Amino acid sequence: MRESTLWFWHIIAGAVILVLLGLHMTVMHLDDIIGLYADTTAWETVIARSQQGFFMVTYILLLGAALYHGLYGFRSILFELSLGKGCQKAINWLFLIGGLLLFIYGAYVAIAVYSMKEVVL
Amino acid sequence: MSDAPKKVIFEVLRYNPGVDARPRMQSYEVPAPKGLTVLDGLLWIKENLDPTLSWRSSCRMGVCGSCAMFINGKPRLACANQVAHLGGGKVVVKPLPNYDIIRDLVPDLEPFFAKHAAIKPFLIRKNVEELENPSGEFFQSREELINYIQFAYCIKCGACLAACPTVATDASFLGPQALAQAWRYTSDSRDEGAAERGKEVFTAHGAFRCHFAGACSDVCPKGVDPAFAIQLMKQFMFREKLGGCKEKHGTEVAPPVENWTPREGIPKPPDHSV
Repeated sequence: MRESTLWFWHIIAGAVILVLLGLHMTVMHLDDIIGLYADTTAWETVIARSQQGFFMVTYILLLGAALYHGLYGFRSILFELSLGKGCQKAINWLFLIGGLLLFIYGAYVAIAVYSMKEVVL
Repeated sequence: MSDAPKKVIFEVLRYNPGVDARPRMQSYEVPAPKGLTVLDGLLWIKENLDPTLSWRSSCRMGVCGSCAMFINGKPRLACANQVAHLGGGKVVVKPLPNYDIIRDLVPDLEPFFAKHAAIKPFLIRKNVEELENPSGEFFQSREELINYIQFAYCIKCGACLAACPTVATDASFLGPQALAQAWRYTSDSRDEGAAERGKEVFTAHGAFRCHFAGACSDVCPKGVDPAFAIQLMKQFMFREKLGGCKEKHGTEVAPPVENWTPREGIPKPPDHSV
């Protein structure tokens, strides 16, 4: 994939993070103002939130954006170490496979909690 | 009271790779009359104290860009900086950082010019025939000229690469000079080579490696602001990806001016040579 495409999605992911992290901060820290939940960090509240389709989707989106943005940034730092072509290729594959595995695992957790019929508290 | 000019100490890096194991600093005492530039001081040393001292210089008026050196901790033109304006005390002169040293204050600028050449610093047109055998001048309005003229002031002194923290860690990074020149030509209304130039610029060691430290713009003796040019280049690419940029067509050949009368006293232009 051309570097410009990778960088383009890096910027898009940054914008997505800005919005979703803003949403996260609002939900978690401005509860006194918006008054959505009685206790934002209580176990029951966390599970209840995770079982809403909106939050499940935003969790997965935030996970994907944060993983991509972070891994691309880390890759950029490593590439500045004047590594050889082979090393750069290895880093590309390592980050691609590692990132995909982390995304699949994280997305699985979000979907699994969302799909649970009954949660034992 | 004596009229003799006060003296200033020049501490100069000396290094002859064929002879010296490592660079060393050498001190010289130089008379410093009012207006003495660092280049004047070096010339005085060469003429009066040490003819073996080496550096590059040519125009002595901040135009050719040959005499960029690391003066008192900052890349500057030796000809455009007066000793009196360097804060007094010692004048410490070293070759530009981020380059190999050929000898004393002479940096190896080969990689610098190779990077400059890589971004195709010339107008690229689809109609090669018109470029090779021009029938006239490509039209350019005043506004179109203003759009890029700041970036055309680059004198290729190499100071920006010497200041760049990314070049310091990544020798393959194209660097602020080449990237700024890429934008200079890409933003030229007569150019049609954005895609071709982009292949060199938008790589893992191209525009995306710029951290926007802004050191290049800080040291540029001509006010080119390469850091700004790189951001404009990135913005251009981003808009292109979003589909916001139409394919650019270079301006056409300007039609010949007909039925005009020169003002009184203005000589007629020479006939076309091509």
